[in-house]
Amino acid sequence: MNDWINLTAISDIVVVGLLAGAGLPAIFAIGLRALAMPGKGHRSTAEGELVGGNPAGIAIAIACFAVVLAAIGYGIYIIVLTGHK
Amino acid sequence: MSHASNDIVLALVIITGLSFDFTNGFHDTANAMATSIVTKALSPRIAVALSAALNLVGAFLSLSVAATIASGLVDTGLVTLTVVFAGLAGAIVWNLITWLFGIPSSSSHALIGGVIGSMLAAAGSHAVKWQGLVSKVVIPAVLSPFIAALVATAGTILIYRIARSMRAGSRSHGFRIGQVGSASLVSLAHGTNDAQKTMGIITLALIANGTLSAGATTPLWVITACAVTIAAGTYAGGWRVIRTLGKGLVEIEPPQGMAAESSSAAVILVSTHFGYSLSTTQVATGSILGCGIGKRGAQVRWNVAGRMATAWVVTLPSAGVMGAISYFIANAIGGTLGVVVVLLILIAVSSGIYWRSRATRVNPENVNAEWTGTVAPSEAA
Repeated sequence: MNDWINLTAISDIVVVGLLAGAGLPAIFAIGLRALAMPGKGHRSTAEGELVGGNPAGIAIAIACFAVVLAAIGYGIYIIVLTGHK
Repeated sequence: MSHASNDIVLALVIITGLSFDFTNGFHDTANAMATSIVTKALSPRIAVALSAALNLVGAFLSLSVAATIASGLVDTGLVTLTVVFAGLAGAIVWNLITWLFGIPSSSSHALIGGVIGSMLAAAGSHAVKWQGLVSKVVIPAVLSPFIAALVATAGTILIYRIARSMRAGSRSHGFRIGQVGSASLVSLAHGTNDAQKTMGIITLALIANGTLSAGATTPLWVITACAVTIAAGTYAGGWRVIRTLGKGLVEIEPPQGMAAESSSAAVILVSTHFGYSLSTTQVATGSILGCGIGKRGAQVRWNVAGRMATAWVVTLPSAGVMGAISYFIANAIGGTLGVVVVLLILIAVSSGIYWRSRATRVNPENVNAEWTGTVAPSEAA
């Protein structure tokens, strides 16, 4: 390891940063899209359109949001852990 | 100095330290909340209240050994109360100047620059650990915006590709919720990192004064005072900085806002985890740039970004010069009187900057006005 620049730390930050910082919002987006999948509850009214109601879509959405929430929980855990080191 | 006068100086250092903590709070509100405010995920006042509450909680989560900010950068054995005081004074002045111009510059850099400047003035070049400065401060500062921009660009491209087929209404609604969640994480991380810096400085002053023994942990009253002060500063809301960051760089839609805040939260937390702390401000700015780069057709105002980059480069030396000047004045007059005189000058300069800011006000009402190239929206608009 170089004394002036810690290349290992930087590459770790880039890789994990991409997975968490770009991957999690992508999973969140998949969840949103699944939630809006056309289903039983889908109908158009004068005011607009009611979307969603697809059982498979809801199941996928729940799974996606659970992954995101678990990651946030782990993020808070890291904050608390590093705060007490 | 007699013991009694030392205690007076110590009290003044603590007051100045908390004043810096307050500027740190309002200068950095934008990092977490600028995107949520401009996409109307949260109303301006709710956004600063939420951020303030999370900063308060975050500050109490950080109980790690204080003085970390100083120990790797200066020879702590040579630190005196006057050095700490002058460094804080320089940092406050630089934070206020950059706030006046609405520039999101790093409060940590202002603090480090101020303390190093006054240390140089007091003890000379050998008192500064230059390698620590380069490896812990300068290199992370150069890398932060690029890493954050890369992550936010990737996130924005992915999100827009995945959500392409969704209707604009339900898409915006969903991403606003995600945005508030990710912005909350940034606020929490900010409280943990930044409140700790002032705690460290005040602990350093208590050790320098002999009130605490070297290696002592931060007393609870210091943690409480710093936590409450940074939350109050956050609640005051640095509307000028929020406006530049939220409106000046890129026009932000909810999916972009979520990508930017997720990137900021992830990069800050991951870098903290790997023991390589990056500047919250520079990460947040890089993320917002990235969410503009990643969206097809979004306009990035590179001239605004360039002005910010310039401010980042000059922050360390400028705060350093101000810290050094403060030390020279305090030392030339000497003793308690010298510190009091510098404090009076600091109050006068701060009041002057505040008075100047009144001419072009930015507040919760006009923070979202169309960007016309200036920090304060023109009156006619």
